[in-house]
Amino acid sequence: MMQFMLLFSRQGKLRLQKWFTAYPDRTKKKITRELIALVLARKPKMCSFLEWKDLKIVYKRYASLYFCCAIENDDNELLTLEVIHRYVELLDKYFGSVCELDIIFNFEKAYFMLDEFLLGGEVQETSKKNVLKAIAAQDLLQEESEEPKGFFEDFGFMTGN
Amino acid sequence: MMNVLKAVSTPVPKRLRDLIREIRSSRTAADERAVVNKECATIRDSFRDQDNTYRCRNVAKLLYIHMLGYPAHFGQLECMKLIASPKFTDKRIGYLGAMLLLDERQDVHLLITNSLKNDLNHQTQYIQSLALCTLGAICSTEMSRDLAGEVEKMIKSSNAYIKKKAILCAFGIIRKVPDLMEMYIPATRSLLNEKNHGVLLTAVCLITEMSEKSPDTLHHFRKVCLVPQLVRILKNLIMAGYSPEHDVSGVSDPFLQVKILRLLRILGHNDAEASETMNDILAQVATNTDTSKNVGHAILYEIVLTIMGIQSEAGLRVLAVNILGRFLLNNDKNIRYVALNTLLRVVNADYNAVQRHRTTIVDCLKDPDVSIRRRAIELSFALINHNNIRGMMKELLLFLETCDPEFKSDCCSNIVMAASKYSPNKRWHIDTVLKVLTTAGNYIKGDVVTIAIQLVSETSSLHAYSVQQLYRALYSDITQQPLAQVAAWCIGEYGELLNTPSGEDEEPLHVTEDEVITLLERVLSNNNSAVVTKEYVITALMKLSSRFPASTLRLKQIIAIYGSSTNVELQQRSVEYTNVFSKFDHIRSALLEHMPLIEAHPHSLDVSYQEKNDYSSLLSESVSRPAQENVLSTLPTENGLFDLISSNGIQPAPHVETGKGGIAADLLDLLGDMPPVQNTVVPPVNDLLDNFLQPPAHQNNLVNGTSYLPVVTAFNKDGLLIEFNCQRANNDATKTVINMTATNSSQFPMLDFVFQAAVPKSFQLNLQSPSGNRLLPNNAGHVTQVIQLNNPQKQPIRMRLRITYTQNGRSINEMGEVSTFPSELWQ
Repeated sequence: MMQFMLLFSRQGKLRLQKWFTAYPDRTKKKITRELIALVLARKPKMCSFLEWKDLKIVYKRYASLYFCCAIENDDNELLTLEVIHRYVELLDKYFGSVCELDIIFNFEKAYFMLDEFLLGGEVQETSKKNVLKAIAAQDLLQEESEEPKGFFEDFGFMTGN
Repeated sequence: MMNVLKAVSTPVPKRLRDLIREIRSSRTAADERAVVNKECATIRDSFRDQDNTYRCRNVAKLLYIHMLGYPAHFGQLECMKLIASPKFTDKRIGYLGAMLLLDERQDVHLLITNSLKNDLNHQTQYIQSLALCTLGAICSTEMSRDLAGEVEKMIKSSNAYIKKKAILCAFGIIRKVPDLMEMYIPATRSLLNEKNHGVLLTAVCLITEMSEKSPDTLHHFRKVCLVPQLVRILKNLIMAGYSPEHDVSGVSDPFLQVKILRLLRILGHNDAEASETMNDILAQVATNTDTSKNVGHAILYEIVLTIMGIQSEAGLRVLAVNILGRFLLNNDKNIRYVALNTLLRVVNADYNAVQRHRTTIVDCLKDPDVSIRRRAIELSFALINHNNIRGMMKELLLFLETCDPEFKSDCCSNIVMAASKYSPNKRWHIDTVLKVLTTAGNYIKGDVVTIAIQLVSETSSLHAYSVQQLYRALYSDITQQPLAQVAAWCIGEYGELLNTPSGEDEEPLHVTEDEVITLLERVLSNNNSAVVTKEYVITALMKLSSRFPASTLRLKQIIAIYGSSTNVELQQRSVEYTNVFSKFDHIRSALLEHMPLIEAHPHSLDVSYQEKNDYSSLLSESVSRPAQENVLSTLPTENGLFDLISSNGIQPAPHVETGKGGIAADLLDLLGDMPPVQNTVVPPVNDLLDNFLQPPAHQNNLVNGTSYLPVVTAFNKDGLLIEFNCQRANNDATKTVINMTATNSSQFPMLDFVFQAAVPKSFQLNLQSPSGNRLLPNNAGHVTQVIQLNNPQKQPIRMRLRITYTQNGRSINEMGEVSTFPSELWQ
């Protein structure tokens, strides 16, 4: 089971964090700091795996963004690379050639995507089509539930009472 | 109109997008903090005003701020409010916030459990989905108990989208609270008949978790023919044609394949029938998977583990190890890493097959990647045997020279351990240990020092060679503490052999007594020398006073300097030794005779250790012994000396352990009443002078092999092992000294341990007091006791034993007889 997934930039800025095991907030921060430093210190030609405490860290860099997963001892490292890749593919399909800025400004969407792909640290859906379909349907639902506010609201006017 | 006015008086909160822009444009960390603090204050105000319209936007902003590392817990309750809102957008952000801001320990959990319960029963599947997703991420023990029933109902749903999520929630619940497992077992049976890959995949996950958690459930799954069902699914996967939906670079649903392979491994483990059923499909997957991409390797990696984990056919096992062999030659670092990792796991199952890849593995020691090196070094140690020890050791020593500090100390200990297991000859063994001492310097742990001294001491034919090599090494570098300790001990012990031709092809040293003493003095006065090292040196100098009679005066002066040392241990040694020079000069040379052979630590050189685990626990055991004790236990002669002095009214040595070495106790006892002792044990001074001219009698002893007598197993039952290490006392056939060592390999401690012995009338027996009366479990300690035997008629020795102890509150009485004493003792 995957214990957590972190996305961070080459400058060491956290872009996404998904925890499947409960840790106190302080521990989460400590782990994040430690792992970002560890992974960024590695050279490009090195392998994608790190042994860290009793977990295995699997990471992969896509452009300026590092995707970093902590898995348990029995889990398959090579398959975890596929999990990461699948997630990137999903984001790419959704945003249309995704870049770091997409994930920064639409971080909630990136979380929603991850929640349709993984649940409780395990893959829940192996069909890309199904994941994207579920996301599209929910985005539609969200639009319908929003009252048409838009322009006026953003300029400080309220509609209705 | 009123509304408009209100809206104007409280400014509309910033949009998320604008906040992100503003934060990103801050030049310094302080700027960023200012922006965030200002925004947090506004958000707090808005929360306080119970604003419903912008709550969602504010929480979203707070989540962004939280990701930057700022505190955001004041948003927890707002998330609860969003979850309770009927709007989908609110719920979506609310649940996201709950997953990010709540952790298990929060009291808010009670609140959220109620909302979850409502939403799990919602008629919109996407709202049910949000609730399931949140449950999967932050499921606590109480939540598990409260919601387990809801989840079970949802597993039975006909909607695959909900079903798969509910199954993974059940997976999380079982991980958290294993006793809720029962509830889900009936529902799992039909899951594998589904067509939907999401449901299949999650079901396999759940079954795997159940089988791993409970042997009963595992048995149940074997009985209901799960294996043929899984084999069928796997077969369909690889036989079915191309399906774009589940294809990854030409491999059909690798996620599902890997999960099924892992479950098969658990079901086939130690089960011949299940293993038999899956042999064919495993062979098929192993040969047909396309390995041009990473994903193919992921499947092969899993299948190798499964083949090695079940009772598979021999042919299949060869195939598996060959797959790993191909992995090792792959250009992709990740695949090489996985290969090394897996070879280590299967090395016990198929030693020879792994051995074939040794050269490649050893090459990985030079890899620039630390992950690869770490795997390679572990595997390399596992592959050492009698045949390849020379070649392997060359590589490992090379590795030791260049490796990161973090590897060094374990690596040294492992090298020394492997060397004592497989050394082809003594000379090679000593050379290897010396090389470790000179290469790894201060990273060496205490156990290596002990083993090195032991090794030199027991190899009497190479005393001259060893001491000369150590002298050379110390001369070129006095800063390496472990080396200095071993060298000091050996120079003190065998100083007179420094100029003797060693018989090996090395040139003998030509050093004067003064040069030797100067070298030791340099170590002693070096500020960077550890106290332990100085202790070794000061004792070595003391011993040299009998090896180098002409330099006695100088040695005495050097030792006396430390009478005012601020270190208690050094000061005490100095004062005591100085007293030996003045008041007890007549027995000094006898006291400082060559040490008897150090009794091997019962475990430290044991060849029978095969398991890696034992290997490491062994190391930690030796390491945990404080260095101080090492010094004392290796110098029993001095122990006796301390006590001798204390009995004469000089300040007693406060923390000297005499229980450790049997020989020490022996000596002490003999010296206890002095006059007769001088006749029996201590040779007169002219004898000692003779020793310089001809090989000392004591050394003859060692060479004749008296000290190499086999260890007699006197008693071995229920984990209690009693061994006798026998020696002729003073090379006299009528006197035997037996060192009894008792160890306890059972799980429970043995208390009130009493060992008694009886001999036929023609013998006289003297039992010394034991070192203790409790035996810790798992060989974690031992009791020693010295038995002196007088055998005036030189009869074969026979002995009856009585042993009593209590274990688990039960008192146990055992009897035994020993007649297997080596005949060398009395002939």
